[in-house]
Amino acid sequence: MNAIEIRGLTKQYKDVRAVDGLDLDIRYGELISLLGINGAGKTTTIKMLSCLTRPTAGDARLMGNSILTDSEGVKKIIAVSPQETAIAPNLTVLENMQLMAGVHGFSNGEEPQKIAALCETFGLNTVLNKRAKKLSGGWQRRLSIAMALVCEPQILFLDEPTLGLDVVIRRELWDVIRALKGKMTIILTTHYMEEAEALSDRIAVMRAGKAVFVGTAEEMIAAAGADSFEDAFVRLVKEEKK
Amino acid sequence: MRAWIISRRTAKEILRDPLSLAFGIGFPVVLLALFALIQASVPIRMFEPENLTPGIAVFGLSFVTLFTALLLAKDRSSALLQRLYTTPLTARDFVFGYTLPMIPISVCQVILCYTVSMPFGLTPSVRIIPAVLLTAPVCLFYIALGLLFGSILTDNQVGGICGALVTTLSGWLAGAWFDLKAIGGAIEKIAYALPLVHAVELGKSALSGSYDGVGVHLAWVLGYSVLAMALAIPLFIRQMKRQ
Repeated sequence: MNAIEIRGLTKQYKDVRAVDGLDLDIRYGELISLLGINGAGKTTTIKMLSCLTRPTAGDARLMGNSILTDSEGVKKIIAVSPQETAIAPNLTVLENMQLMAGVHGFSNGEEPQKIAALCETFGLNTVLNKRAKKLSGGWQRRLSIAMALVCEPQILFLDEPTLGLDVVIRRELWDVIRALKGKMTIILTTHYMEEAEALSDRIAVMRAGKAVFVGTAEEMIAAAGADSFEDAFVRLVKEEKK
Repeated sequence: MRAWIISRRTAKEILRDPLSLAFGIGFPVVLLALFALIQASVPIRMFEPENLTPGIAVFGLSFVTLFTALLLAKDRSSALLQRLYTTPLTARDFVFGYTLPMIPISVCQVILCYTVSMPFGLTPSVRIIPAVLLTAPVCLFYIALGLLFGSILTDNQVGGICGALVTTLSGWLAGAWFDLKAIGGAIEKIAYALPLVHAVELGKSALSGSYDGVGVHLAWVLGYSVLAMALAIPLFIRQMKRQ
């Protein structure tokens, strides 16, 4: 079953076509990584799929809900962890989690259990009553991702989730993301090749707003005739520049 | 219900910000103390508490514009609003969420200003109650300005425009600590074409127990408040769509 069906998705900004007729199907429970150099259209694609930006042309259906005609339905089933840490600085960790539960309309009955379970998973219990702005960058990112999961989304967008984090925290977050695989559909963007290779079921390489390759890491290496995943990516990207 | 969630967050963000407390509460109190000190050292009655307090109360509300605009502009520059825009929250939830908590905060600020004025010579009286109530409508004007500037300016620009320009203009155009009629000319005409001095007049009328012209002053204040809100809401929604 497809969780996401993207057809001819296009975004034109004046003289720049950020996304150019993108077609892509993503299965339910799959983790797919969107790779590409800066400006390839990854973030714009996520913005359109999460109803932040309206496409110039084309459409996408998320669990059957059109981003054009049913953004309300889409917003009920998705969660986004943006590239930058997205937290309320003067609220405590617990209050940040409660904020997200509240905006998704959870009742007081179900909210505490969900929050407690997520705080346990993300190891946030030790900083529960600390204001978010006083946390280190790694803890803020952890909180930011945990906040995206409060609503138990069917589709989760992780936009560069480990950007700027040290290797230990990055690996810890990988474990958290691995634990989510299969429970929801995850669309991940990243510049870290090893991250994409380690976590993804499939990879979509974007260049100039188009998906030039979609498949597994092994298929990507074979298709590019490269020795490693990173080499395969560079070859695919360099083709773009020729 | 969802607007209430955002409202609670707005209130917490502002009340937990030490700068908000320092400026919103501290600055008007310092001004009242300063004018009381000046009054004590001059032989003529320049700063009567009955005239000064309504002016400082209105002037103090200009910081509400600063708090509202700063919070919104910071939210816009961070990824938090972007995240919230991907949730089922509607534009109405956001507008109420940023506006509603500022009303009690503003009223508390006005009450505090009148309370602090008492040790400096304001006669405790039941007239203070209508004075506070009649100052309340101008809160909406300042909140709307905050929503408006927060929707179009960056947080750095808000600091300059709301932190310096709006507060200074408020002091002058409200006639917060001087009689505009004594200045006269264009400044008086401009001030009386704007709502702030009318808000001050409302407070003064209530304190004096004379309600002549209250309807006209109230109409000026409410008219501008509605106008400012009517401008601020579409600008807020426009920036929301731009995200």
